[in-house]
Amino acid sequence: MPKISLTRRSLLAASGAVAASGLSGFTVPARAAGLEPTKSMRGGANNYLSGAPIVDRIGGGGFWMSGTVRRAGDGAPLAGQRIQIWAHTTEGYESDWESHGATLTDENGVYRLEMPQIVPAFGQAHGHLAYDSGDFETVFLRPVMKSSKDTSLEANFVLKPV
Amino acid sequence: MQSKTRTKLIWIAFFVVITAPIIAAAFSPLLAWRDSIYIIAGFAGIFAMALLLTQPLLIGGYLPSISARKNRQFHKWFGALLVTMVFIHVLFLWFTSPPDVIDVLLFRSPTPFSLWGVIAMWAVFLMGLMVAFRKRLRMPLRLWQRTHLALAIVTVIGSVVHAYLIEGTMEMLTKIIISLSVLAATAKVIADRVQQKG
Repeated sequence: MPKISLTRRSLLAASGAVAASGLSGFTVPARAAGLEPTKSMRGGANNYLSGAPIVDRIGGGGFWMSGTVRRAGDGAPLAGQRIQIWAHTTEGYESDWESHGATLTDENGVYRLEMPQIVPAFGQAHGHLAYDSGDFETVFLRPVMKSSKDTSLEANFVLKPV
Repeated sequence: MQSKTRTKLIWIAFFVVITAPIIAAAFSPLLAWRDSIYIIAGFAGIFAMALLLTQPLLIGGYLPSISARKNRQFHKWFGALLVTMVFIHVLFLWFTSPPDVIDVLLFRSPTPFSLWGVIAMWAVFLMGLMVAFRKRLRMPLRLWQRTHLALAIVTVIGSVVHAYLIEGTMEMLTKIIISLSVLAATAKVIADRVQQKG
């Protein structure tokens, strides 16, 4: 029997994953034992430009985008995964090349990238994220900030192997 | 004398309610991070909101010292202007971010307010078409008026919810005041219409 260690960290991570996978976690309780992959959000791919470079920071920074990347099923953290980020910020439009940047997850499957402050565009302060490296199914996210005054935003990925 | 004062007050109140949202939006911090196309798109929407208040006030004859004939004339002109403003609003948003507007028009946008907006847009365009082809449609007057009013109600409700849910350049207090005024003026037109029939 596999040993299950319940720490505060793993509980937090698991609850985060449930939140990230949205309602799907509640509608298919029979398969809840395996972590469901994150579905792309509506409008997530809007103004996406492929192949943004891996950068230390997008523009002048001041705002933090972060989250976790894990494997569907067992929830194992995925290291070295490329996540691309873009948004309408104080420095540019979503469609501007300079608004795009990418980063890699660390050994714990955590990514974190500094970028300019996101400002409301098309009625909501929101960011865009993509996993599109091909080892797992492509996912586009479009998280919305609770308040446009927030200086950080979180988006978690659960990826399904291709 | 008293009625003159009343007339003046009504006109002042009207101008304050329609211009305040435009002036307040001109001070929005969001403008700093938008180019002129996007800014025009937003202001076309706010201007359309001002017209949404003007329209029921004209047709209901609630603005003092305008003849019934002039009321209908202005109502028609401002209706054409409203169609134009909605068109500019959507077109310039499309210039700003085509995929977002395509999602909205195809009813697959993640933002609920855009759904209300697009419903209001189609209602406005339908009203415009009805007016343009009024003679050819040959609809009985009563039916034409009822259809026009029904579409106007859809436009008003759609626009008010659309504006309320958006975090944009409009300032909240002026947005709420003009929205409530639009709803009240429309409700008054409906009430008068019902009373006429009774």
